[in-house]
Amino acid sequence: MKQIVIISGKGGTGKTTISSSFSELMNKRNIADCDVEAPNLHLMFENEIINTKEYIGSQTAIIDTEKCIKCEKCLECRFDAITPEIKVNPLKCEGCGLCEYVCPADAVKMVDNITGHVYSCKIKDGYLSYAKLNIGAEGAGKVVTEVRKNSLENQGFENLLIDGSPGIGCVVIASLTGCDYAVVVTEPTTSGLDDLSRVLELTQFFDIQSYIIINKYDINEEKTSEIIDYCKKSGFEILGKVPFDNTVNKAIQNECPIVNYDCPAGNEIKRIWDDFYDKLK
Amino acid sequence: MNISILSGKGGTGKTTISTNLSIFLSENHKNVSYFDFDVEEPNGFIFLKPGIETEKKVFKKVPKIDKELCTNCGECSKLCKFNAISITPNNSTVFEKLCHDCGLCYIACPVQAISEILREIGKIESGKSKDIPNLNAFRGVLNIGEPSGVPVISALKKFLDVNSINILDAPPGSSCSVINTVEDSDYSILVTEPTKFGLHDLKIAVEVLRYLNIPFGVLINKSDEFDFIIENYCENEKIDILGKIPFSRNIANKYSKGDILINSDVEFTKHLRDIASELEKRLIL
Repeated sequence: MKQIVIISGKGGTGKTTISSSFSELMNKRNIADCDVEAPNLHLMFENEIINTKEYIGSQTAIIDTEKCIKCEKCLECRFDAITPEIKVNPLKCEGCGLCEYVCPADAVKMVDNITGHVYSCKIKDGYLSYAKLNIGAEGAGKVVTEVRKNSLENQGFENLLIDGSPGIGCVVIASLTGCDYAVVVTEPTTSGLDDLSRVLELTQFFDIQSYIIINKYDINEEKTSEIIDYCKKSGFEILGKVPFDNTVNKAIQNECPIVNYDCPAGNEIKRIWDDFYDKLK
Repeated sequence: MNISILSGKGGTGKTTISTNLSIFLSENHKNVSYFDFDVEEPNGFIFLKPGIETEKKVFKKVPKIDKELCTNCGECSKLCKFNAISITPNNSTVFEKLCHDCGLCYIACPVQAISEILREIGKIESGKSKDIPNLNAFRGVLNIGEPSGVPVISALKKFLDVNSINILDAPPGSSCSVINTVEDSDYSILVTEPTKFGLHDLKIAVEVLRYLNIPFGVLINKSDEFDFIIENYCENEKIDILGKIPFSRNIANKYSKGDILINSDVEFTKHLRDIASELEKRLIL
């Protein structure tokens, strides 16, 4: 199963528009929504949850106040997760276990944390996996790995399409590692070009063949040329340029991928997919 | 006074609001500072264009194992919850990027074979723009390939000035980076857009702020005929709407060039003024 990840450097560039469209155009679909902090792809497809897994991504310290002798050794915590009153702030606790180790009174216990849930859904002609993280959850990257594992269990699919997460940190790294192709969605803005170069450094670091889509290219054609020049110079192929199109917003309101509309943006994405699909073979 | 701006997800206009609001406030208040906490993709400086006057490197401590002293007993690797140390009968390896710098291995090593070394993971930059003399600008930048921005966020937080109005431009999402940024805020502005995606992510962000007990209001960006999606939710949940900024191609174009909108786009300026005065009603600025 070839793994294709769609990323963007940052949110709002149209990643979900592209990934929902690509999903729609695949004959048999196996999709992983790895934007675990703001999973939106399931909103675009009729889906039925067929399996829910609890995800334990970390541990949290709990202090038994009866056993605690107020020696304050646990205040050595480097994450300031223990207050001067010797109480644990669960949002700051990283579950390292230092407090448990140094406590002479055996008053600290590490307990498993349910940091989120991983869902498997049946959709038309395939499956969609996604996760919801609890607030402030540690180990978002690990949940991404779980979502991908979940999707890889589905048999008989040519490709796995992964909707990646924004940024360049652990969640994206977890979305990217081991993928065969990355499609980077960017927009012609000064910040877009900055984000693009940062995220391409990351895909190069992991040696993943990367392609570019410029979304809303006609918002600033001068910047679009800058992005094209940048890609030429750095040796990245541009799959296509999607025009700004008001139909996209309508499509989102109707929870329907844009390629189902006969409109400039939808038609260009269809062309991009056909072209890209040939490369995958 | 710390005012954080967050959105649940990227692309809603957090940076547009944060940078323009910072400039607007700096016109009326002496001490205003902008902080870009989106350390993975800091974009605020593209708009504020400050000259970088100071740069401070951010380091993280990682363990270094002295192979002469190490007995390969494996205690450190057994205790490390992050699988950052591997001990085999003849060798020891530290996976620096997995290390959370908790310090447990140093304490636990029975032969004191572990010391701490510093590893650079990012930097804090600060400066002032020539055009906006009253505004201080700070940002954190995470090095590429580094998994966690939290240490850079914590380092940046040390620059918050209690005597200043600090505008905190938060990272997207709802994970540890966001919590670390927005906690200790006096008020939060939640930027959203009137789509079902916007609503979905808004609900997650509201949960975060309620959990942290931070007062907040909602700002509808790219406002259009679908505003009711957000308005109905806010009404039911008794959430304040601070104001709206209509969708405009002119705004998108100016943004794309890295231009500031306040005082250059009449519509935007009017709406942002209204939002700022709503904010002033709620806070003593």
